[in-house]
Amino acid sequence: METKNKIRVLIAKPGLDGHDKGAKIVALALRDAGMEVIYSGLHQTLDQIIQTAIQEAVDVIGLSIMSGAHLPISEKLISMMKEKGIDDIRLTVGGVIPHQDIPGLKKMGVAKVFPGGTSFDDIISGMNSLFE
Amino acid sequence: MGVAKYTKDEKGAIKTVTYQSGIKVKPVYGPEDLEKAGFDYDKDLGAPGEYPFTRSLHPQSYRSRAWTTRQYTGFGTPAETNERFKLMIANGQNGLNVAFDLPTQMGYDSDHPLAQGEVGRVGMAVDSLKDFETAFAGIPLDRIGSGLTINAVATIMMAMYQAMAEKFGYSKTRISTTPQNDILKEMIGRGAWIFPVEHGVRLVGDSIEYAVKELPRSNPVSLCGYHIRESGATPAQEIAYAFEIAKAYIDNVVQRGINPSEFVGRFSFNFNVYGNMWEQIAKFRAARKLWAKMLKNEYGVTDKKKLFLRGLFGGGGSGLTKEQPENNIMRGAYYALGAALSGAQTTALCSFDEAYTIPTPRSALLSLHTLEILMDEVGLRDTVDPLAGSYFIETLTLEMEEKILEEMKEVEDLGGMVGCIASGLIQRKLSGQAYEFEKGLQSGEYKKVGLDPGSKDNDPGATNVELHEYNDKWAQISKANLKELKRTRNDKEVASTLKALENAARFDENVMPYLVKCCHAYATVGEMAGVFRQTFGEWKEPDFY
Repeated sequence: METKNKIRVLIAKPGLDGHDKGAKIVALALRDAGMEVIYSGLHQTLDQIIQTAIQEAVDVIGLSIMSGAHLPISEKLISMMKEKGIDDIRLTVGGVIPHQDIPGLKKMGVAKVFPGGTSFDDIISGMNSLFE
Repeated sequence: MGVAKYTKDEKGAIKTVTYQSGIKVKPVYGPEDLEKAGFDYDKDLGAPGEYPFTRSLHPQSYRSRAWTTRQYTGFGTPAETNERFKLMIANGQNGLNVAFDLPTQMGYDSDHPLAQGEVGRVGMAVDSLKDFETAFAGIPLDRIGSGLTINAVATIMMAMYQAMAEKFGYSKTRISTTPQNDILKEMIGRGAWIFPVEHGVRLVGDSIEYAVKELPRSNPVSLCGYHIRESGATPAQEIAYAFEIAKAYIDNVVQRGINPSEFVGRFSFNFNVYGNMWEQIAKFRAARKLWAKMLKNEYGVTDKKKLFLRGLFGGGGSGLTKEQPENNIMRGAYYALGAALSGAQTTALCSFDEAYTIPTPRSALLSLHTLEILMDEVGLRDTVDPLAGSYFIETLTLEMEEKILEEMKEVEDLGGMVGCIASGLIQRKLSGQAYEFEKGLQSGEYKKVGLDPGSKDNDPGATNVELHEYNDKWAQISKANLKELKRTRNDKEVASTLKALENAARFDENVMPYLVKCCHAYATVGEMAGVFRQTFGEWKEPDFY
């Protein structure tokens, strides 16, 4: 990964949850921080997210999950990414994520977790740190 | 979000105050302010219970009856939801406010691949009439009304509620249900939409028309400024957009040859309570007044009771913080105080742990008790509209009225709400605002206790609250019940009622009576929504940037 290139991010809303304010404002913040941001739109299946990630040649996927299903969704996506051979794309997860679930997410291979309340600055530097 | 903008001098004294709706607040108000604003008691306030209802819908307001409390309840299986309903009723709640899980809201059965991991998670899972029979067993349906938080498939749930009541021996004329059924706001905010805009609005129209003809005590639509606000709208936009959405639904039904007087009296509203308290109070008072004026002047509605802006003023979710969650108990109390000072007819409060999870029984009861304390202990029932005549509040109410009208005009100049939502214009505007508010919060421009930028106490999730855990058994139970249902129901009847539904959907006949028949035949939510999916297609979101 060439650090001089702009980081390409796919902000994705998996599953049926429709609360997209967080996803949208993080997309705007990352864009203002100079990243190229693609927003998936709502109600995406994991297959659709993977398709978009490949098509758009993104460096990182940022999942936004509010429904509480972050553990099973992340686990499934990671195994699908491995299957497709795109596990070089980094995965981050944000949304309503209880503190106690963060170690579990990291262990399964999530690069960064941004629970609700994380500042834009921390999200931006967290994203950048993945490619330093 | 939800706080005013303050500038201060070097000694920390406040120099300027600007509310989110754009109103600047003076240090002192006096009689000259009312005079300058052209305040007229009879025109702007009138007696409580009299047009334009700024003071109250009822002459005696809380003296005659305290507000109705409707905490949002429902999770897991219908049997568990039934237990929680009974707990809330035993603790004094007088109406239900039912939460559905996401698969149900999106018209999928529990065994659908997209439902995996979501069954029963954020509300109760409903596949068929069997589930409603379990959830509402033993609830006195002629005395307790039910709000159903459902939108894209609201027609299906309304039909199911009727079918369930009929099974239990209640006539459809005696039951009262209020489905949320506000699809346009789902497209702005909450995101539980399925069908394209025009079909979504048509289904809302079908349910209103059906309620006019068949369900005299039900309120077919609950217009939700609430979620619009949560998506980044100012308080003035919250009211303005909800009213413009109401107009879109009214127009659809009027096209069917029905006079607005026959149904607008049964619209209800759901508005948000967080933020600056004075701004919210002015918002509610101005909203009651504007709604009555609009119905009278634009739609020729004259019957007094049909001019009422009925509604639930409550919630406050976006005002809560994950940091120091116990602070949310106090926040909720002050939000509710603002609602009470505005004469809220119905209310509910987000529970302090809702920034994390579905409320536990303990936190749900805390919310309920917060509301009771206001009514029974500290004196909110003593007199009607206690703030009336305040130089500040009356000036602010007039200013808020103007701001709301400005926002409404902007939408109307662009051709109305349906077009503004279909093109994504409103969504983009609100996302931009939400982003600016959030930046302001993070920079400290907006102050929230427990959210001081750079504070060490801010570790998100550092305070461990008791969590309402997801239980995989819910999905297993739902799927097993569904399998058993499909084994035992009359397949021929299911197929024929679904076929009749498809014809109605296709040929613009009102779908409601057909849905009631499908429900009685134990067709599933997924089957009925599937008919609509095939007939109407699905909405494609407009671009976000």
